[in-house]
Amino acid sequence: MTTMLWWQNLPLFMIVGALICAAVCSVLRAKAARAVMTVLSALECAGMGILLYFTLTRNESFVFAMGEIGAPFGNELRVGAAEALVGLLFAGVMFLAVLGGWKQFTADIAPNRVNLYAAVFCLLTAAMAAMTFTNDLFTAYVFIEISTIAACALILSRNQGRTMLAAARYMIMNLLGSGLFLLGLSILYVLTGHLLFQQLGEAVRNLAAENRYPMPMYISFLLMTLGIAIKSALYPFHTWLPGAYSTATATSSAILSSVVSKMYIFLLVKIFFRAAGTDVFARRIEDVLFLYAMVGVIMGSLHAILQHHMMRMIAYSSVAQIGYIFLGISLGTEAGFAAALFHILAHSSAKSMLFLAGNKLRAAAGDRDTFPALRGAAKKTPLAALAFLVGALSLVGVPVLGGFASKVYLAKAAVELGGWRMVLLLADLLVSTALNVGYMLRTVLTLYRPAEEPGTEPAPKTKDAPFAFAMGALIVINICLGVFASPVMDWIQQGIAMFV
Amino acid sequence: MPKKRKNDPFKSFLNWLENGGNALDDEMQDALREETDEPSAPEPKKKAARKAAGKQTEEFRPKRAYADTWWYRLLAVIVAVVLIGLLLETVERMPRFGEADTLMDSELTEFYVKHTKEDTGALNIVTGIILDYRGFDTLGESHVLFIAVCTVLLMLSIYGERDEQNRLLQGEMERHFEPGDDVILQSAARVLTPLVFILGIYIILNGHLSPGGGFSGGAVLGAGLILYQNAFGYEKIEKFFTYKTFKGVSVCSLMFYSLAKGYHFFTGANRLDSHIPNGIPGNILSGGLLLPLNFVVGCVVACTMYALFTMFRKGEF
Repeated sequence: MTTMLWWQNLPLFMIVGALICAAVCSVLRAKAARAVMTVLSALECAGMGILLYFTLTRNESFVFAMGEIGAPFGNELRVGAAEALVGLLFAGVMFLAVLGGWKQFTADIAPNRVNLYAAVFCLLTAAMAAMTFTNDLFTAYVFIEISTIAACALILSRNQGRTMLAAARYMIMNLLGSGLFLLGLSILYVLTGHLLFQQLGEAVRNLAAENRYPMPMYISFLLMTLGIAIKSALYPFHTWLPGAYSTATATSSAILSSVVSKMYIFLLVKIFFRAAGTDVFARRIEDVLFLYAMVGVIMGSLHAILQHHMMRMIAYSSVAQIGYIFLGISLGTEAGFAAALFHILAHSSAKSMLFLAGNKLRAAAGDRDTFPALRGAAKKTPLAALAFLVGALSLVGVPVLGGFASKVYLAKAAVELGGWRMVLLLADLLVSTALNVGYMLRTVLTLYRPAEEPGTEPAPKTKDAPFAFAMGALIVINICLGVFASPVMDWIQQGIAMFV
Repeated sequence: MPKKRKNDPFKSFLNWLENGGNALDDEMQDALREETDEPSAPEPKKKAARKAAGKQTEEFRPKRAYADTWWYRLLAVIVAVVLIGLLLETVERMPRFGEADTLMDSELTEFYVKHTKEDTGALNIVTGIILDYRGFDTLGESHVLFIAVCTVLLMLSIYGERDEQNRLLQGEMERHFEPGDDVILQSAARVLTPLVFILGIYIILNGHLSPGGGFSGGAVLGAGLILYQNAFGYEKIEKFFTYKTFKGVSVCSLMFYSLAKGYHFFTGANRLDSHIPNGIPGNILSGGLLLPLNFVVGCVVACTMYALFTMFRKGEF
């Protein structure tokens, strides 16, 4: 191996830098800690952008050995276009979430807690980068642990009884998920003797060809999938989600919904694609996943319709959207994976915007988010309402926005596959789109309707520049994902080609 | 419309499907909503709202939680039994420990046994693996400890800066009820604490030579601190170990760890000379970075153990 180019060292600096920032943040004062956390997420963004540019132009992925001795004896990072693209979106959402929740953050988090929040945020950034880049199953598990505890801290940082309850529920469910993942991982290690994806994949293929240990192998992949399904709130395991997402502070809920749950799914894509071998073991697990995802898409939307609170409604719509992503994965084809990755991008950018805007609207409506209370909120905070509108339309799947493109790609992938899956998936898409329209439209209409008692509250004009910037950027991202869907899709396909 | 909602069969069906996951929240929020949004509502409604609100504070779990129904428990038992059976069957079908011709003891095991001494300068292969070959995992693992402490601090720091008085009062109260002056414990601790500390330091410093290392030695040190605190109380221990010491030691340790490991990864991946001598394997000053890394890991682990103990005991550091 030759020496690395300058930009190929970026993943290392991004991860270790975030770890050092975390240690520093924990002893800084509130203001400085917040500055560190904002700058760090901006820098991570830039780093991901550079990586994406170079991996795309050179059209190849590269491996970064963590230490003198490389594979298969040491740890490795591996960066290709797909990793960089997903990472860029995650880092971007984290940065914009910090900006967009700036005001509410000041109100929600006591000053003596800000430094700890910042430390946890930096660790989550490190975990995000490490989990996106890692080429090693056990490293992924270590950073799953970090991100689980970090997410818990992000929820409970807002000092309320409700957030404590939500955090406790989150902790219990997610520790179960981590435990199952670890169990599956150790079984796999005993069977194959490897932890790096490359070697793992080869060993799995060899064992499958000789038909040795088929049952433990299935169980191992099943446990890992189950663990990740719990952690990313696939339908029947979603019970921790609504409380956690709807009660946390704006920054936290945007990050939780768009980054934390998605990075587990990206890990699952890597496991399926690179370790399990889509043609060997993932096949049957994908059938099961397909059913769960299909039920989840419908049930998530139904739950969302039945909510009386806007934030809980948005949270439940996440359950449905996670279902879409799993639908894409469970098709098991390359097009399916690509559609799933695209939906990760589209959903992350739309959902983080919905949470940020929703929190703003809730604040404008006097800290209440029931639908009667929200009437006329659009007049008080026009920008938040506009952002909400764009996000809602994107999730529904209106053309020119990211959500539309991702649904089209999903349908396309299903049509390519054909068979009963195609019929079921298309029917599912149709029904759930109708349901999406139902709840999203109702919310948007409520927001834009005049308030019940007009003129009682003169709209207090408050300037919130960071929020405006974040909303503007997210709206642009959503529109770009829709308009430039095919180049983005090309990048994703290029990235998937680099996976192998 | 809101009157009928509670008995809506479809909604109960949905609730049933998700095992009462948010039965509590929804009920609570509905009740609260009715209370806040409809101030002119008739009296019985308010009563119901109060009842629902009281339920949460008093029993913490509403009566209708599905976790309390017999079929839910039965289902849980069935799922658990099926999972246990499945896992036992899996273990039965897995390769036996030490069996030849399994992939488990193939190239990796052999490589580590053969090369660890020469590559890392460590006689203790485990230390060589966790701090050198798989150093990145261990770096993450140390930060798991750090984030655990951060999260507990975040959770327990319920008093804002404005409630400083309140916090101090709380601290006073906790201290007041501390048990103290236990002669047997104090006499034993006088003898044991130095020994425990010496053992901990020995395990840490010899981590690259003999079984042990930062994690185990740090745990011993932390146990020593906890023993000392239990015997002599906070006043004595705060002469040399306060929140400031904790912050200083763990932050410096973690930063050194990240920087050192980062340097090591950087030189390793770029094929540069790291200028860190491995020394003669077997000497105490050998193994390159292993000795200082074991030392900082030990510091982090000891601090974490003591911090978690203190925080849950006092409610603060």
